[in-house]
Amino acid sequence: MASISRPHPALVVGKYLAVAFYVAFALFPLYWLFKIALTPDALIYTDGTALWPSALTLENFRSVIFASDFLDYFRNSVIVSLSTAAATSLIAAAAGYAFSRFVFRGKRWVVALMLLTQMFPLLMIIAPIYKIVAAVGLLNSLWSLIIVYTAFNIPFATFLMQSFFDGIPKDLEEAAMMDGCTRFQALRKVILPLTLPGLAATLGFVFTAAWSELLFALMLVSKTDAMTFPVGLLTFVSKFSVDWGQMMAAGVLALIPSCLFFLFIQRYLVQGLTSGAVKG
Amino acid sequence: MAELELRDVRKSYGRIDVLHDIDLKIEDGEFVVLVGPSGCGKSTLLRMIAGLEPISGGDFLIGGKQMNDVPPRDRDIAMVFQSYALYPHMAVDRNMGFSMEIRRKPAAERKGPVTRAARTLGLEPYLDRFPKALSGGQRQRVAMGRAIVRDPKAFLFDEPLSNLDAALRVEMRLEIARLHQRLGTTMVYVTHDQVEAMTLADRIVVLNAGEIQQIGTPLELYEAPANRFVAQFIGSPTMNVLELPPEGGLKLDSGARIAGTGGARHLGMRPEHLRIVPAGQGDITVEAQVIERLGSDTNIYTEAAHLGPLLVRAHGNVDLRSGERCGLIFDREKLHLFDQEGARITPNAAAPVQG
Ligand SMILES: Nc1ncnc2c1ncn2[C@@H]1O[C@H](COP(=O)(O)OP(=O)(O)OP(=O)(O)O)[C@@H](O)[C@H]1O
Ligand SMILES: [Mg+2]
Repeated sequence: MASISRPHPALVVGKYLAVAFYVAFALFPLYWLFKIALTPDALIYTDGTALWPSALTLENFRSVIFASDFLDYFRNSVIVSLSTAAATSLIAAAAGYAFSRFVFRGKRWVVALMLLTQMFPLLMIIAPIYKIVAAVGLLNSLWSLIIVYTAFNIPFATFLMQSFFDGIPKDLEEAAMMDGCTRFQALRKVILPLTLPGLAATLGFVFTAAWSELLFALMLVSKTDAMTFPVGLLTFVSKFSVDWGQMMAAGVLALIPSCLFFLFIQRYLVQGLTSGAVKG
Repeated sequence: MAELELRDVRKSYGRIDVLHDIDLKIEDGEFVVLVGPSGCGKSTLLRMIAGLEPISGGDFLIGGKQMNDVPPRDRDIAMVFQSYALYPHMAVDRNMGFSMEIRRKPAAERKGPVTRAARTLGLEPYLDRFPKALSGGQRQRVAMGRAIVRDPKAFLFDEPLSNLDAALRVEMRLEIARLHQRLGTTMVYVTHDQVEAMTLADRIVVLNAGEIQQIGTPLELYEAPANRFVAQFIGSPTMNVLELPPEGGLKLDSGARIAGTGGARHLGMRPEHLRIVPAGQGDITVEAQVIERLGSDTNIYTEAAHLGPLLVRAHGNVDLRSGERCGLIFDREKLHLFDQEGARITPNAAAPVQG
């Protein structure tokens, strides 16, 4: 074979420039969030669009943490998001496994129905949902959010999990059953460990979706003690002014749980676990 | 150890019948090979024995006990998959000991059988590796090791060597033969490979379109195939089959006739039972078209006027060029005749040569 020619230096530089531009583009809003959060209130308008604030302060963080209800909103959001992620992933894993492995009557109908639910704009069904939740007396409770979020995330999460199960060769659980497992044991000891990346991805996806959901949270919860963080953010917008500094500080704080969560699941997100299972 | 018995076993997927009335008794310690063209139901049959596929009709017995509805884990049968199906998240030793782990044997007791199996298969250096860090041949060995460790009543193999290269295939074939000699356990083996079937089997079962065509020892199938299908399926290169003219049979250069009577419609000759002689001195005259020299043997693709192509396999090298004409002599003892339905006509029912 001919030697592989090295790319032209200009191409290399161009490639890195493109990557750098993309990274800057993607991270700039985040930088701006930090910048405003750290700028003293008085300087926000005078600093304007200057890239670097002329003075730094932690005052915004202090007042968000100690002088507002934000810790409550956080707690509520964490409870709602974690519960939703756990419940959805559990149900989606079970349903995805069934779709992937079993043939049963009505399977196509169930799949079609699940796809159908994904087609309506949320705004269309928000009123009926409100009616239902009110009728069962769950308004202003975290339960209402957990149940509604779970219901809305299950279809997509199920398809996601199904594709992960589809990627695991059937031979593996059959081998496990020959080795003495019941179907459930085969699932637990062989299939589940291999689905961890998929499960982590599903958990992460649902967690983020629940964490940043605003519409339902706004409609179903109007009392402070059941408010989630995105609704809480809106309390910084009053009729006559917007408290930018505190709002951004709260936003920065809101990033923390998401980051922690992804840090926790990222080692399961590493793919390639199934390689070596089959074929030579 | 135990014998496996299939009585009138059927399998259908919805309205599609995949296997019809399979009657097969596999003796204790026997090595039975299932062969047949792709899609004939070999894997399905094996999976029904394993318990991975429900049986649609008939009975399946292990050691005289009805097993139709017994789940795989209670059949005490081990299976080696074509894909190996190693658990990717477990190291080799845990893979091999997994069956004992499931049966809650303490770790100390699991060690012995695993080490012993690893020693037999030359896997000792790899015990703490993960499957993805093994070569194809090593994975194949682990898959066999996992089965051996169980000391099951029977082993099932579904094309276990088909993912290996030629040299490794020969080596593993030998290994399986040794394993059978040493363990003496019943084995059922599915393969596409002629040589594997002929060399490993005590008995071969030839399947076609979900029906058993013939059951017999490798030599029985070679020498007395029950029908045209088996005749052409067993033996490599494939048997030549000529259509016989309905009246008077096949006319030879000498004027004699082959198989004029007895309802024979086809004449089968294995390539190795044809002999090349100078043109004009044989039973028929042909033209050599393509010549394959393999060193030990020579394959000569010839064309006979009115009769069509005939393949000849000669021992050693043959002094012949393509385009040359030559004569062929049939080995009279080894001709096969088939009737209208393709069934073999036993030699004494119709004397092949008259005149
Ligand atoms: N789930 C199924 N539904 C319908 N038909 C099936 C199903 N599984 C297998 N079949 C059919 O059953 C027949 C036998 O399949 P099987 O896998 O046993 O063939 P095989 O002899 O092992 O072939 P190969 O040599 O290619 O592995 C095939 O014609 C196949 O199309
Ligand atoms: Mg098969």
